[in-house]
Formats: sequence, C-alpha cells, structure tokens
Amino acid sequence: SKYACVFDKSAFNFSHQQRLFRTSAVSRGQIVQFKLSDIGEGITEVTVKEWYIKEGDSVSQFDSICEVQSDKASVTITSRYDGIIRKLHYNLDEIAYVGKPLVDIEIDASKGVAPEEDVVETPAMSHEEHTHQEIKGHKTLATPAVRRLAMENNIKLSEVIGTGKDNRILKEDILNFLAKQTGAILPPSPKAEIIAPLSKSETVPTAPKDKARKIQMPVSRPIVFSGKDKTEPITGFHKAMVKTMSAALKIPHFGYCDEIDLTQLVQLREELKPLAQSRGIKLSFMPFFIKAASLGLLQYPILNASLDESCQNVTYKASHNIGVAMDTEQGLIVPNVKNVQVSSIFEIASELNRLQALGSAGQLGTNDLTGGTFTLSNIGTIGGTYAKPVILPPEVAIGALGKIQVLPRFNGKGEVFKAQIMNVSWSADHRIIDGATMARFSNLWKSYLENPASMLLDLK
Amino acid sequence: MVLQSSFKSCLPLSCLLRTPRAGFGGAASGGLIIQSLSNDVYQNLAVEDWIHDHMNLENRQVLFLWRNSPAVVIGRHQNPWQECNLQLMRQKNIKLARRRSGGGTVYHDLGNINLTFFTTRKKYERMENLKLVVKALKALRPQLNIHVTDRYDILLDGQYKISGTAAKLGRTTAYHHCTLLCNANKCVLSSVLKSPYKGLKSNATPSVPASVKNLFEEDPSLTCEMLLDAITEEYATQHRIDHHITLINPTDETVLPGINDKSKELQTWEWVYGKTPKFSVSTCFNMIYKDSVLNVKVHMDVKHGRIEACDIDLPQQWLPPALCSELVKSLTGSKFCPNETTALSSTLLRICPQDYELHSKWNLLCENMTMLM
Repeated sequence: SKYACVFDKSAFNFSHQQRLFRTSAVSRGQIVQFKLSDIGEGITEVTVKEWYIKEGDSVSQFDSICEVQSDKASVTITSRYDGIIRKLHYNLDEIAYVGKPLVDIEIDASKGVAPEEDVVETPAMSHEEHTHQEIKGHKTLATPAVRRLAMENNIKLSEVIGTGKDNRILKEDILNFLAKQTGAILPPSPKAEIIAPLSKSETVPTAPKDKARKIQMPVSRPIVFSGKDKTEPITGFHKAMVKTMSAALKIPHFGYCDEIDLTQLVQLREELKPLAQSRGIKLSFMPFFIKAASLGLLQYPILNASLDESCQNVTYKASHNIGVAMDTEQGLIVPNVKNVQVSSIFEIASELNRLQALGSAGQLGTNDLTGGTFTLSNIGTIGGTYAKPVILPPEVAIGALGKIQVLPRFNGKGEVFKAQIMNVSWSADHRIIDGATMARFSNLWKSYLENPASMLLDLK
Repeated sequence: MVLQSSFKSCLPLSCLLRTPRAGFGGAASGGLIIQSLSNDVYQNLAVEDWIHDHMNLENRQVLFLWRNSPAVVIGRHQNPWQECNLQLMRQKNIKLARRRSGGGTVYHDLGNINLTFFTTRKKYERMENLKLVVKALKALRPQLNIHVTDRYDILLDGQYKISGTAAKLGRTTAYHHCTLLCNANKCVLSSVLKSPYKGLKSNATPSVPASVKNLFEEDPSLTCEMLLDAITEEYATQHRIDHHITLINPTDETVLPGINDKSKELQTWEWVYGKTPKFSVSTCFNMIYKDSVLNVKVHMDVKHGRIEACDIDLPQQWLPPALCSELVKSLTGSKFCPNETTALSSTLLRICPQDYELHSKWNLLCENMTMLM
C-alpha cells in the first residue's frame, strides 16, 4: 500500500520521518462504514434484534456482528473486516435499511483496504474467492492477519489444521503449529546470535572456554496464553447459600468421627432390594441410615433441636424431618423427609425416590426444601472417607457419610475377614451439644446399622 | 457416471456430508435427502446448526426431514412467557426449545413433519420450496384445496393453516424450514400455545395465532410416511437425484463431529430463557392467609432472563420490612426461574427468625412469586 512505501523512505531522512509519523497516525484509524448487505427476496428493511458486539470491541473478519430479523427470517450479519467497532448505527428493535451503514469499523491501514472500496457485501461467493487459497483442490479459509502470520513464519496453510468455523485457520492454530515445531522456525534469541560466531573463531587450546561459549541459550519461545480472567456476580441461589454459610460459621462446630461395619446391612439390603423393586421402589442404604438416625434422636432429642438467635432458648423439635443433601444442577440442595419418626423404612425409601426424581428435574417445592431438623450428607457416593460437614442453620447437627469400602478387619476370634466399612463424620453445635452426647448418639446409630435386627426391637 | 453411482452406495455418510464434489447429479442440480433417526427436538435442531455451519452447499442442496416428540419451539427472538403456558408444559413434560431461525411459536409432536431446505445464501428461495411441497401434496391427493400465502403459510380450504415457515440466513448458507400438520394433537396444541400471562410488556416477536387443521382430518387415509414419501419424491425429481433417503443419527460424533456440544448448548437455560429480549412484568395477585385476602403488586424488569429490578408491594407490616427487602435484594440478579426462586427462598429461610407464622407467610409469598415465572 502507498503508506508502506513512504515508511521505507523515512529511514533516510529524519525530518521526513517526523512528518510521516504524523500522516501515518491519521492513516492508522481509517473508519470504514460497513453497510447492511442484501438479504434476498427483495427485502429492504430489517429489525435489529441483538448486537453481538459493542462500540470499542475488536472484531475479526467473519465474526458475528448482529442478528437482524425480517419476516420470519433471522439473519446473522458477519464482519467483513478486522478492526475495532467505532459506531453502531442502530439501537435494538430499530429498523435497519439494506444498503445503509450498519456499523463503523476502524481498520488498521496496513491491512490494505482502500477507503473508496465498495463495502456493500456482494454475494458470499466472490468474498470467499478473495480469501481462499486453493491448494490441491482444498480451500483454506484464513483472515489476512492469520495469513501474514503464517507467511512470516514460513508456514504452509495447507499443513495447518483449522479449528475455526468452516475449518477456518485461526491465529491459535498457527501458534499451536509453531509450538510443535522444534525451534527451527522461530527466530533465535539475540544471545545465541552473539555466541555462535565467537565459538567459530576460537582455537583448540582454549577448549574449556570454547565449550562455555558454545553453549547456546535456549531459544525462548513466546508463551502464548490467550485466557482471560472472568468475573461474574454471585446471584440467586448461590447468593442465598453465601448468607447461610456465613451464618453457619458463627456456630462453634465440633467433630466426631467413627467407622461402621456394614457387612450385615449390605446383606440385608441385597435381600430386601427385589421386594422393594416389586413395589416399584429403588432401595438404597439411605433409608436405613435415616431410620437409624431417627431412632437415635428419640434417645438424644437435643440433636434434633434448634437454638434461638439470642441463645437463650432451645426448642426440641417433635418431628424428625431428616434432610438429605442432593447434588443437583443448581448446586447442593437439601430436601427433607418429613416425620421419619413415624415412617417405615419402605415409606422413607419411597419418599426418597420422589425427592430424587424432583431434584434431578430441578423441581423441588418449598415444602420439601424447608422444615428440616437434622441432616445426613451422603458424600460417599461421589467419594471420600472422612469429612468435616458444616451444620445447616437452624439445625444443630449434621452427619457426612463416606464411601463403603471393602477392608480387612479382625473378628472376635482374631481371624481376618472381609468387612464393608463406611466412615461417618458428625459435626454438632458445641453451644448446646457436648462430646459425650454426640458419641453416645453415634454409638447407638452405629449399633443399629451394624446389627440391623436390633432396630426391630426399638421400631415404633 | 459409473464412478458416481458407486460412490452412492459405498461412500460413508461422513464423506457424503463433507466432500462437495462427491454429490450425485449435475452441477446445476445435485441434492441430498436426509432423515433424522431421533425424535429429540434439541438433537434435531443441532443437526440444522451443524449442516448450516459445516456443509458446503454450492454444488448440492440438502433436504432434512425430522419429527419431534411433544415440544414447543419458539422463534429466535421470542418470549416464552408470552407465547406459551409454561406451567402446563412442565406438568405435561412438554419440552421448550428456542430455534435459531426467526418467526413464531409452534407445537411439535409426532403427528407434525418438519422439513428443512438447505441452500447457499444466493439460492435462498422460500416460495419455491413451499410450491414444491404443495405440488407434492397435490400429486398425492389431487382433491386437496391447498395454497401458499404471501406470509409463507400453507392454507387448507383457504382458512386453516397446515404449515408455518421460518428461516435462518448466515454468511454463506441459509435454511428455510417449515412444519406440516398431518396428525398432531390439536387439543394439546391449543392449550399449550395459549399464555395465561397478564401484564407482560415486551418487544419480542409476537406470534400470529391461526386456526389449524390436520391433513388427517381432511383425508383419514393420509399418514406422515405418505406425506414424507410424496415430498421426497418431488424433491428428488426437481433436483434430478435418486429418490434415496439417508438416515442420520444426531448423536453420532463420527458423522457429525461436535454435534453433541451443539445439542447441549440448545438445552442450556442461557439459550432457551436467557436469550429472551428485555421485558417487564407488572401484575398483581391475591393471597389468602388465615381468612383474609391480601393484594400484592409486583413489578419486575427481566433482561437476559435475569431479574434486573424487582419491586414487591405488600400490605403494610404483613411481613417485617427487613424481610421483604431481603427477598427483593435476593431476587435481583437472580434467574427469572421458578426452581431458582424456590431454592433461593427456602435457603434464605434458614437465617430468618424461627417463627412458624413468619415462615408460613414467607412461603406463601414466595410460592406466588414463583407462579409468575
């Protein structure tokens, strides 16, 4: 282009250079009016429905600029140039006219676009011919900037795999291609250039120095990482969780952990599973854990209580509404099974099925999500052994169940046997619950699960 | 010529879809007819996206045939709250999808046929496509009184709409798709496409309601298969290709690389609801609490599917003002979504004073707010 020629001359004449710098500054910001191209079917006006860019954004050729609509047709308008958006000629829902300016784009003068060039986008065909490189019957799509980068690095576009739209070659593809090469293409760093000639002139007697000088500096490859930090506001459910967890922090937690031998329970569940299935219910271990917890709470009702804000009164809740932590799309949701104290294990299993179905559909109702008095979190389904669960206010206790592992243990005779071991981690509010209470509750819960038949004695 | 016919039988589908020159027929015509094996609306819409983005249609046009299990499909720039009964759809497990083409809202079920005509942008011509469909139907049943209107609808007996149209134009390719009512459930259609919403202000594209009729009602001997057969026969004739339909599995990454990401994107909340043009809701509702009726006025501005501003006007002191403003603050920035609101409001209850009456009032208010979404 004409501006490039002028630059070359400037090397000889300083005063010329100054003048040229000024003119080149003007040429750098060349504003081109990108007009709305023909939509077809004789349409002359469209409605602007969405802008994909805003003033100040930089765009590449073929990037989407906006979405317009005309008579049931939605049209994606893409950019013809690389540059910076300087002006949007329409607001949302305004009528835009074919052939009239849509956006103003500031183009880098070195890209060689003449300002008088007709910018009405002719049918895509000729445009593609302009930017296609026909190599062995292959068409390779690439913007002029990418092409230049390839050329500067002696890369054949036909050898690069394009990952962009229509298999277009992007700048990242060129850089990845370069990274795979072993340094032959990248220009050597200045230090290497200085050392190499010197080593050639050295003679043998000064061999050690020679060797030192011969060590070439590693060619520094430009580390290209185009990722950007992304900040977004915390809203909705997550914002509510932040508040809840902050309140939970105020509760002095203490932890108590233990190991449960579920060998007998595993066997029992295997026997009962088909029976439950015949009634249309999927039976997991949770109904047993929940019922055993409720039986324990009957003996230690302080764990099913609530402390008021002023810490003056404790309310012992009559109902055992046991919450079950569920991992859903929204995050950790805790629906609860109501009145476990008067429910059979089958009924609990049935309720759990219902809650799980609603949970995965993201359709749990207010009633299911409120009124909980005690919570169990089966984190073991994802993994892990011991945990440090956080109490969910206004409750005072929570239990986290690890995964069931097959481990060797000693029986009463001192023999090693295969045991099904699960770890439980309890957290309790130390303001009203002491270690002994937690330990005794845990032992009772453990005994019910290690010897399921004992549950029969205390079932109401 | 011999080479081309052997291509037809041996070439794997992936090659058929990619290599432009391996088409059949001459340069002026050339076409490919494909039919989806899936009834999932998102997967099928994803196939349209894939063809639009990846296929070179210079030497060959494509006709894509698909049917969906019950779903409501809204146009690119529409507002689902305005267009359909979302609560009824949730109850009946009818999916909601937003397509990339413009136009209005339609109800799909297996009694409705979808046809998509893919061409280069230069060759985009909706009238021609619809005339092809009419020609095919008339060849099948000459007595059918059907014609194409200037709004690109196909009417039966001059009054009943049996087909609606929408289109999408990109940089190099374009597609025009239309529905064809063969034997859809008209009861569900009319109940689901009626929005109970009041007080919604929006610049979204509105749908134009129309009386519809199934071709099956006109002639009970007609089935979807017969209609498809007639249309593909006509398309094959006009494009001078064999009447051969290639079946396509919209989950097969080897044939359609990247297709599963496209289906996933079409199912995200950000696409289905978040792409709704800015709108506002100004409404009121009555709540019954302990034998008294309370009137509540609500105003919300929703942008990108999220509540930008929220105002709840409650009878004085019914709820402590601090609590009410807590709800408003939490709703601001939150998704205009019933599940999100329920999860949010039940979580906030944990840090409210533990008072049974307070909780009942809060739950009642939140449930009513949720009904608005």
